[in-house]
Amino acid sequence: MEALTLLEWGFDGLLGLGLLWLAWRALTCPELFKAIVLFIAFGLLMALAWVRLDAPDVALAEAAIGAGLTGALLLAAFAKLSLVTGHEELKPARSEKNRIRFQHYWMPATTLLLVTAGLFYVILSLPPYAAGLSVEVASNLDTSGVSNPVTAVLLNFRGYDTLLEMVVLLLALLGVWSLGDTTIHREAAPGLVLDTLARVLVPLLILVAAYLLWVGAHAPGGAFQAGAVLGAAGVLLLLSSWRPHADLIAWPLRLMLVLGPAIFVIMAVLLYLTKGQLLEFPPAQAGILILILEAVATVSIGITLAALFLGGRPRRGKGQA
Amino acid sequence: MTLIDYLSAALLIAGAIFFLAGTLGLLRFPDVYTRLHALTKADNVGLGLIMAGLSFQAESWAVAGKLLLIWLLVLLAGASVAHLVARGALKRGIRIWKR
Amino acid sequence: MSAPFFYALVGIGLFSLGLYGLIVHAHLLRKILALNIMGSGIFLVLVALAKRTGEAPPDAVPHAMVITGVVVAVSATALALTLMLKLTAETGRAELPEKGRE
Repeated sequence: MEALTLLEWGFDGLLGLGLLWLAWRALTCPELFKAIVLFIAFGLLMALAWVRLDAPDVALAEAAIGAGLTGALLLAAFAKLSLVTGHEELKPARSEKNRIRFQHYWMPATTLLLVTAGLFYVILSLPPYAAGLSVEVASNLDTSGVSNPVTAVLLNFRGYDTLLEMVVLLLALLGVWSLGDTTIHREAAPGLVLDTLARVLVPLLILVAAYLLWVGAHAPGGAFQAGAVLGAAGVLLLLSSWRPHADLIAWPLRLMLVLGPAIFVIMAVLLYLTKGQLLEFPPAQAGILILILEAVATVSIGITLAALFLGGRPRRGKGQA
Repeated sequence: MTLIDYLSAALLIAGAIFFLAGTLGLLRFPDVYTRLHALTKADNVGLGLIMAGLSFQAESWAVAGKLLLIWLLVLLAGASVAHLVARGALKRGIRIWKR
Repeated sequence: MSAPFFYALVGIGLFSLGLYGLIVHAHLLRKILALNIMGSGIFLVLVALAKRTGEAPPDAVPHAMVITGVVVAVSATALALTLMLKLTAETGRAELPEKGRE
């Protein structure tokens, strides 16, 4: 129908222009807090763009991690920044030295304009129809153990990339921990509303994470989305001033953090020793193996994301609650 | 389009009108508290209407139940976050707008 | 030009905007914001080009790569923010020094 195509074009055009405009506003807004909030809104519009491009798995991951968790990290860092620099960040940057002078920006602007034009030409000269690897993925899907092609690619066909990604996540946490400590005593008791919200939502979030993990085998979902929901539950707990018991931050925390990559590596070594190929799942047990890997990955990813939000290595402080 | 489709379309458009009203309130109201009021009131009802319109198109009762659960969760989160933002604004000394 | 190509061009635009912001701003938090926008632009290009399969479902391999990319981007952002806070604690400001001032 012509009208439907016009509507689709209108929607796509509005979404694309909205993305570009929000990104421009987020980058040039003089108040830093407003810029961060605009960036969170930009992330949510990106989730809409993913849905429009038939990528619901990516939309779930972007909404939870890209918009939600990144926004929380940015806001927490902004709050700590305001404490150190003495609330200067709240005032808009209008002094002379902060205004970008023309001779400082004409060179990057023109160079980038040329680069953008070149990239436009490259993109537009690509063939309009390209199957990519979708034919190979579809033909091998029933030996992979799951029926969602994205999960099959993530955990079976390109499982090595996922293993390395989980190690990268762990390395980032180690980097954050090596830069400073935070004590795990309670800062202040939360108000009634935040307390009740945390008590109601956290069990529900754990349930939703388990559901996303299970349903990822045959519908959009999977380990990363479930891990992001668990991370969100952890962030909610941290915001309502819950801190883990002092005995739990020694080796139980570290065990759960390395559980995902460790089980992955153990399984890779076992498969190499028994079948001679790194991370090649036998088709009969592939479903069970993928479920085990996804389950430990979910736990590790969730706790790593919450620990990244905490921002320092937890150690026993004086005067814990 | 059947009658169910017309009903869904009408509910979706009504929900969109509520969202439009909430956005207008966000842009035009004078201070934080009135803007929060506009946002939460309009968005709760707007989301409810959109969910109602979508649940007529759902394939099974399970999907409609999930849509209802999503609406209840957004109600809970929206109300709590509005309270927290208003409390934070009061603590920072943002005064209530008086004509 | 079809929808995938339109979104790919939007992705290139986002990448350029992010790179411009990264070059021009001196404040470190704005640089981190610009890096994230650059990353989102690249992800948009990947997923848009994966949709060129016509009537068939889109190619799943770029989707998996973008999900990996989103998680790696958030961990890099967390590490960058911690580095920025450490730098601010040491020097008192969160900006790179202007040329000729230090």
